Amino acid sequence: MTDTLTPVLTDNWDQERSWTLAAYEARGGYGAVDKAFAMTPDEVIGAVKESGLRGRGGAGFPTGMKWGFIPQDNPKPKYLVVNADESEPGTCKDIPLMMASPHTLVEGVIISAYAIRANQAFIYVRGEVLHVIRRLQRAVQEAYLAGHLGKNIHGSGFDLDLVVHAGAGAYICGEETALLEGLEGRRGQPRLRPPFPAVAGLYASPTVINNVESISSVPSILEHGPDWFAGMGTEKSQGYGIFSLSGHVKTPGQYEAPLGITLRELIDLAGGMREGHELKFWTPGGSSTPILTPDHLDVPLDFEGVGAAGSMLGTRALQIFDDTTCVVRAVLRWTEFYKHESCGKCTPCREGTYWLAQVMDRLEKGQGTEDDLDLLLDQCDNILGRAFCALGDGATSPISSSVQYFRDEYLAHITHGGCPFDPAASTLFASNVGAKA
Amino acid sequence: MTDRFTENDTRLTEETWAELREIAARYPEARSGLLPMLHLVQSVEGRITPEGIEACAEILGITAAEVNGVATFYTMYKRKPVGDYHVGVCTNTLCAIMGGDAIFERLKDHLDVGNDETTDDGKITLEHVECNAACDYAPVMMVNWEFMDNQTPESAVQVVDDLRAGKTVHSTRGPRLCTWREAERVLAGFPDDLADEGPAAGPASLAGLKVARERGWSAPEAAQPRAVEQPASKAEAVAEADTSRAQSETKVEEVPGETQAEKKATGGEDK
Repeated sequence: MTDTLTPVLTDNWDQERSWTLAAYEARGGYGAVDKAFAMTPDEVIGAVKESGLRGRGGAGFPTGMKWGFIPQDNPKPKYLVVNADESEPGTCKDIPLMMASPHTLVEGVIISAYAIRANQAFIYVRGEVLHVIRRLQRAVQEAYLAGHLGKNIHGSGFDLDLVVHAGAGAYICGEETALLEGLEGRRGQPRLRPPFPAVAGLYASPTVINNVESISSVPSILEHGPDWFAGMGTEKSQGYGIFSLSGHVKTPGQYEAPLGITLRELIDLAGGMREGHELKFWTPGGSSTPILTPDHLDVPLDFEGVGAAGSMLGTRALQIFDDTTCVVRAVLRWTEFYKHESCGKCTPCREGTYWLAQVMDRLEKGQGTEDDLDLLLDQCDNILGRAFCALGDGATSPISSSVQYFRDEYLAHITHGGCPFDPAASTLFASNVGAKA
Repeated sequence: MTDRFTENDTRLTEETWAELREIAARYPEARSGLLPMLHLVQSVEGRITPEGIEACAEILGITAAEVNGVATFYTMYKRKPVGDYHVGVCTNTLCAIMGGDAIFERLKDHLDVGNDETTDDGKITLEHVECNAACDYAPVMMVNWEFMDNQTPESAVQVVDDLRAGKTVHSTRGPRLCTWREAERVLAGFPDDLADEGPAAGPASLAGLKVARERGWSAPEAAQPRAVEQPASKAEAVAEADTSRAQSETKVEEVPGETQAEKKATGGEDK
């Protein structure tokens, strides 16, 4: 029986100066690189396929299979790009990982690049995390000096260059083809797929783009074997993952567990909801995943379980809101976010998110009508599946799910002529007052 | 009065030109350097200036309009001069509800500035920002893109007062705060020497690990053999993946030779 929490990626975060090469090597770091070099690249791809690792950036596509799509007969150079543009509201796992243990990611990059036969890799990290960028820059520098990067790594004959590339503020660059545009020095607007990046990605060359946590999981798979990884989690969602709890729980934070753990278990580990309050709604995987309610506390948090509950596992960004929170206010703010971040490329998203924000705004102010709810859902219907990329789809998720579960609360804003909630009651600094009362 | 959007009283030095070229040379194709090059322009000029745009355009062999198009797309690039300290208050949903809205209101009032405005002394530029990936430390404030975790209106006021008074302020999870221009230089890929300052992780990052240590929980030592079911085809993997969008795109790509059975498998798992 596997333990409830299984620290692998987080296991060294409490070690002294864990971000340094010395600390990482002291616990066997960069050993998995040699295990990979003892195998052929195809064998490494096979091992990752066998492990069942599915993308940790939200979509859950099998990582090994993605690598297998790289056409090795294509004469162009192959590229590996790490998506470190963590920006999905609620998602906060890759940033602490790169802050505490950047070498885990660098080691994963080396093995992954070897597998897909790329000699050039990039880490596209969002620009708004200065200290994380410092730690990545230092880790890459240390890795070069120690011979983990550069020419003839560990005497294997494999060469790899790695560039840390800071973005400049654009949620859309988390979308892999928009990220490539940003990395090519252009406006971050998504590309039409197909062709998929595996065929024509960076510089129209075969490219693999993987999330930080996916790549960082690779060394452990090489170290302990695919069966070890697949032995955790559930039938179709194998392995461990970092679950990020935020909001109205007593101890928000990062909890690394096998996929399939439930929110009930996680809230319990986090010390429960804050004193005197109850769970009202939550996101399973960021704001783009439809919200869920206390009825879903026992849903297994794996790809299939959350999907069956009508949402998505996404990035395991569990934003927890208690009974002091106005769901309409919460959803309005997310809607304004999507409006702000819409890249402007396609009409349904560019115009639609503006329409959504206008209707949400008047509903929140108590100036809407019941017909506005139907209008809102009709707008969602005209954006979902019609936008160029998933940003537009994501904008509709909080709206349609909140209307589904909390229609009465929308109506209460209309009858009340405004928001019936006190925003001060939901703040972190109010919670102490609430606990004493 | 000069037009602060177009005035250009500085000249880029030879050294800056050389560094801009150095950034472009890091990449297989020079244009990939544009984002970090614009960060360097901000570091030197305090904002994106016409001269900085022209320099990038000339080095990369593209038009100034193309550079401008990029510079106006990304929110970290500023057309107006930024103060010594860029203070960003997260007002995305979770932080807003946890107190970000109250913090932002208090700072606007205390500093007597609106969103995206700078104090008269040129010290503080206040802006509300979107999710900065530190939700477990909500409400979060960023100063020059360093984390200031678990803020209150009072603590936020203290931070900006200390910064305006010239005191040394430390990130709650990082080093002593540098200036915005110094930060922009790091983003351009010229590291300062602060990587080793600050902790490995803040308390929230370690919350789960602490529980695991207390209860003696860990990942298994060795493999526990079990039946593993893997998707047999791309279509099946896409159907299992968490996005109906990927399914539709893959169907577009589908080769004519794909079997009916595989198509059925894809359709059967449609959400």
